[in-house]
Amino acid sequence: QVAAPVPQPLRRHSQTTLSLVPQNEEKRSLSLGGHVGFDSLPDQLVSKSVTQGFCFNILCVGETGIGKSTLMNTLFNTTFENEEASHYQNGVYLRPRTYDLQESNVHLKLTIVDTVGFGDQINKDESYKPIVDYIDTQFENYLQEELKIKRSLFNYHDTRIHICLYFIAPTGHSLKSLDLVTMKKLDSKVNIIPIIAKADTISKSELHKFKIKIMSELVSNGVQIYQFPTDDEAVAEINSSMNAHLPFAVVGSVEEVKVGNKMVRARQYPWGVVQVENESHCDFVKLREMLIRINMEDLREQTHARHYELYRRCKLEEMGFKDTDPDSQPFSLQETYEAKRKEFLTDLQRKEEEMRQMFVNKVKETEAELKEKERELHEKFEQLKRMHQEEKRKVEEKRRDLEEEMNGFNRKKLAAETLSLSQPLKKDKDKKK
Amino acid sequence: MTTNMRYKSRIIKTEDSEDKQYVGFATLPNQVHRKSVKKGFDFTLMVAGESGLGKSTLVNSLFLTDLYKDRKLLNAEERISQTVEITKHTVDIEEKGVKLKLTIVDTPGFGDAVNNNECWKPITDYIDQQFEQYFRDESGLNRKNILDNRVHCCLYFIPPFGHGLRPVDVEFMKALHERVNIIALIAKADCLTPNETKKLKDRVRDEIERFGIKVYQFPECDSDEDEEFKQMDKELKECTPFAVIGSNTVVEARGQRVRGRLYPWGIVEVENQSHCDFVKLRNMLIRSHMHDLKDVTCDVHYENYRAHCIQQMTSKLAQDNRMDSSIPILPLPTPDAETERLIKMKDEELKRMQEMLEKMQQQMHEKDQ
Repeated sequence: QVAAPVPQPLRRHSQTTLSLVPQNEEKRSLSLGGHVGFDSLPDQLVSKSVTQGFCFNILCVGETGIGKSTLMNTLFNTTFENEEASHYQNGVYLRPRTYDLQESNVHLKLTIVDTVGFGDQINKDESYKPIVDYIDTQFENYLQEELKIKRSLFNYHDTRIHICLYFIAPTGHSLKSLDLVTMKKLDSKVNIIPIIAKADTISKSELHKFKIKIMSELVSNGVQIYQFPTDDEAVAEINSSMNAHLPFAVVGSVEEVKVGNKMVRARQYPWGVVQVENESHCDFVKLREMLIRINMEDLREQTHARHYELYRRCKLEEMGFKDTDPDSQPFSLQETYEAKRKEFLTDLQRKEEEMRQMFVNKVKETEAELKEKERELHEKFEQLKRMHQEEKRKVEEKRRDLEEEMNGFNRKKLAAETLSLSQPLKKDKDKKK
Repeated sequence: MTTNMRYKSRIIKTEDSEDKQYVGFATLPNQVHRKSVKKGFDFTLMVAGESGLGKSTLVNSLFLTDLYKDRKLLNAEERISQTVEITKHTVDIEEKGVKLKLTIVDTPGFGDAVNNNECWKPITDYIDQQFEQYFRDESGLNRKNILDNRVHCCLYFIPPFGHGLRPVDVEFMKALHERVNIIALIAKADCLTPNETKKLKDRVRDEIERFGIKVYQFPECDSDEDEEFKQMDKELKECTPFAVIGSNTVVEARGQRVRGRLYPWGIVEVENQSHCDFVKLRNMLIRSHMHDLKDVTCDVHYENYRAHCIQQMTSKLAQDNRMDSSIPILPLPTPDAETERLIKMKDEELKRMQEMLEKMQQQMHEKDQ
């Protein structure tokens, strides 16, 4: 028997807009008459992703010296290079390091981000900011890549944080105030798994009380931590039992101690040996199971589907995009883009106009000013001319006066001279007589 | 600072009393012993450090009593902007006829808030207040019943989770090292392997020196002490800061009932010297150096405070252009304007009277001649 080709109902397109919402289709389930072979689809997917390689990014948040690097070394059974951090940093800064790991034929590009200087400052009000900024930046980078016209998402090195391991100090009482504040700021941006570090300093009964106290504080303050998924029945049971063991009390060590007749990773004390992989000693094995062996892929999915989507939505809303316009009709992104562009162009034009107006006004003003100046100059010139005339006239007058005086004087002189000439004759005449 | 006279118990030998040269003042130590037992002792101990480092457990372990019965611990949320409080617990304990009035000063809230700027201020203020109160009492007229509330020793708990001292540790110790004897302890030492303990101790000692923090120094041994004591003293000094573990629960270990912590991988015994330095701390604090701590507090820290206080007062008075009066200035630390005025008036009166007296004396003298 040959299976008949499955007839597909025609999809109806709307005449005006290309709707992105699929119309109601009638789906029919058919049974197969033989082996077709599409059950190999998951395998194809797997082989594709194996060739592509996987990418995983871990953020470790915790006080200096709490054991973040040691735990990473223990988890991945290798030694990532690391210098011991100092307690005297001025602020918190994030240090990402990327490594290429390989196990059987699976390649993993692992990025470990360390928070250097966390918890050391006397004033820790701003300690959470660099962490939030870093997470947002990775989201932003991905968003930019997504929005590019020519994009290559399959090639893109995804640096978004998939998991934040929050290291809680083993005080035995409760969370520290800094822990609460920081986790509250991070819970909507990243998957958080809280762990109790250096757990070999807490006895079993104290640990039980401590875990309950921590979880109740997280719940009462509304902090959302990552829950291992229980919808996939293959892993539902183990995941839900692990959820009850949170936060994991871990001990890390890269040193090996001989126990029995084999070498195990452990910490040797005068009173006993704490074995890292012994489940009655600590929850390291649980953490490794959950984090790496079972839920790594789910963590990546959650990061993309929940945290990144939230970031993207907030960002785009900020930029003014909406999914539905005031009439509650679905908006397509394209239309929004067009509208935005038009808006932008009109804005640009308006600004240009304004500038031109301003320029013209300025020119007019300057012209007016110049005219004014010219007029003033003219006036001044006139004034000066008048003054000059005035002066000239005065000088002329004076000259005339002077001339008159001179003439007068000359006449007088002449008269005097003639008088004196005639006078002495008269006298002589008188004398002679 | 006066050297500590080490009291050695000496049983009076009967031969001595038969010796004609024997005067008998060799019994003085015994007399001192007897009197002090009758008078009783008092000691004020301050514990400081972040929450959750085991301070209360350690204090209970040290004095084998339960001082913190109804303690209420705050939630993380409540501690975000918590201020530092000072609480006092006083107990009277007795051992072999010797009474001790022990006061534990606790500092809940230290280092717990998100912003810990100057979180040590309430603590330094408290210590200064006790000094001031003692100063006033000492300068008062009736000195019969002076209550000594001065803090004799401060145990500072350093978290073992880091790589050494943190900024808040350094600032705290620097604010306090000239007011009180500081003994630095590494808390919850059961999270450190012997190697790690050694590394951390070296680190902390280095940093204490580097930052110029003056922690309590053990007095030098007298040269006539026996070898065993000298050796013990040397070991003690090389062991600081002490890495301590505290516990109030009794567990069964190696067939004995001891105080310890029960883990799946073993039992930590508090009094086992190879497990932690608790015994050293107890011996040092209670059995050998308790009195020395009191002495250093009285002779060094208190005197510093007093000298500083008086200096401040006299420089302030000099600024006020006070006349030199022949009456010695009473060291009353009251900068009350009213009182100052009254004092000035009285001074002037006295001076006038003195002058009159002198005049009269002169007159009499002249009359005599």
